[in-house]
Amino acid sequence: MFEIFGIPSQALFGQLLIGLINGSFYALLSLGLAVIFGMLNIINFSHGAQYMMGGFAAFILLQQTGLGYWPALIIVPILVGITGMIIERTMLQWLYKLDHLYGLLLTFGLALIIEGVARNFYGSAGLPYRVPDSLTGGQNLGFMFLPNYRAWVIVASLTVCISTWFVIERTRLGAYLRAATENPALVGAFGINVPRMITLTYGFGVALAAFAGVMAAPIYNVSPQMGAELIIVVFAVVVIGGMGSILGAILTGFGLGVIEGLTKVFFPEASNTVIFVIMVIVLLVRPAGLFGRRA
Amino acid sequence: MLDPQSVTHAARAPLLSVNNLQAWYGESHILHGVDFDVMPGEVVTLLGRNGAGKSTTMKSVMGLVARRTGSVMMEGQELISLPARKIARAGIAFCPEERGIFASLDVEENLMLPPQIRPGGLSREAIFELFPNLKERLGSSQGTKLSGGEQQMLAIGRILRTGSRLLLLDEPTEGLAPVIIQQIGKTIRALKEQKFTILLVEQNFRFASTVADRYYVMEHGKIIDKFANSELDANVGKLHDYLGV
Repeated sequence: MFEIFGIPSQALFGQLLIGLINGSFYALLSLGLAVIFGMLNIINFSHGAQYMMGGFAAFILLQQTGLGYWPALIIVPILVGITGMIIERTMLQWLYKLDHLYGLLLTFGLALIIEGVARNFYGSAGLPYRVPDSLTGGQNLGFMFLPNYRAWVIVASLTVCISTWFVIERTRLGAYLRAATENPALVGAFGINVPRMITLTYGFGVALAAFAGVMAAPIYNVSPQMGAELIIVVFAVVVIGGMGSILGAILTGFGLGVIEGLTKVFFPEASNTVIFVIMVIVLLVRPAGLFGRRA
Repeated sequence: MLDPQSVTHAARAPLLSVNNLQAWYGESHILHGVDFDVMPGEVVTLLGRNGAGKSTTMKSVMGLVARRTGSVMMEGQELISLPARKIARAGIAFCPEERGIFASLDVEENLMLPPQIRPGGLSREAIFELFPNLKERLGSSQGTKLSGGEQQMLAIGRILRTGSRLLLLDEPTEGLAPVIIQQIGKTIRALKEQKFTILLVEQNFRFASTVADRYYVMEHGKIIDKFANSELDANVGKLHDYLGV
């Protein structure tokens, strides 16, 4: 046991870990928002509700079919992603030419409906979801105890985030996406099916939210408001990182999670507001966000 | 001086046949019934003043104007009601006036972006033979960091890979230095030798006269005159009137 700046190392590293865990979810969710905003020009306010759908879908899958955590981690993002694609085809596609506000209002309404339905069937109390057997327990690192499941969340989130960044920034498919973000009409005139690409992009962004929801279920429990609580912070993360910036969303997500964790150690009273204080400062100094390109 | 090749072409069916093409931007009626044909292997130029409807004609053929009526036939297939991506798949490649180089893509990605839609497109090596400058700029990080001339070459080069045999080039010489314009002219003649068919929009008829087989003159959204390159000298006076030069 040792101390850093008068703080016991256990407490410091413990909060750092919580910061990284929260950061993992901030990064996954803001990444999805950034991908969707970049391609669809829509601020997906139902992102939190879709994250919650992921948690609930995992819970229901276990209850109804006995399928546990690992199958859920694959199946749930696909299922929720498909509901996203249906929403895109039936509703969002009519809004692209309008102001951002319309997409925001529609997805906000959808979020309220989805959360209302969940509350109607399952109430407001959190439902427990067990950590998978293969990831119970933890490692004693000497300076702190690291639960296996939490280590997994950090690794999985980093892997998904880096893979997504790689696909978008370094592959041919990603080049189509970036080009279509810039000039969809011309990309279409090259023979590429841009509307289908947009549908798949929204589906993928929603699937990322659902994936985060499944991963969150064993940590935070499953409840109808789990998304609403998180999404406000995630929007601040997106604003700080810069709307539409992939790398910005990832780095800001993890970075702000850690800053929030450290604030809990050094000045706990500010831990709930530190992200919003940073958001205000960034908006004043760099309105396009830390990684944003000026439109 | 009549090119003997264009005589044989004239006897065949047109590759592109546009009839009574009308187009609107919102409420404003821009094209009022445009008619023209492009034979296989021909270089056809649309001439006309700013705002005569040349670019709109090209965009309407390509399906980039939301509201359009009439008929656009490519190899006997009607394209008027198809979306742009299906028109591209029918074998038409488009190089827009603003060049459309993507800032978020590097030079290599810009070059490789348009998918191959049929076999027979130029290889990368053949493209670099036409545009040696491009090869040197491959490592460049951002497509839009190239000079205007290089961007134009990139915009033309990338559509040569696709296998499309009909190229729509919208003012490829606009804003470029004379030496670059000469290189573009050389490229267009080389493409013609390789049996590409080209529809060109130009304001600069001196440049057009170095590459074109035939001309259509547009005014107020209509074709008002047409002649072959061999008749250019006889029509220079009229052209000056049409173009106001």
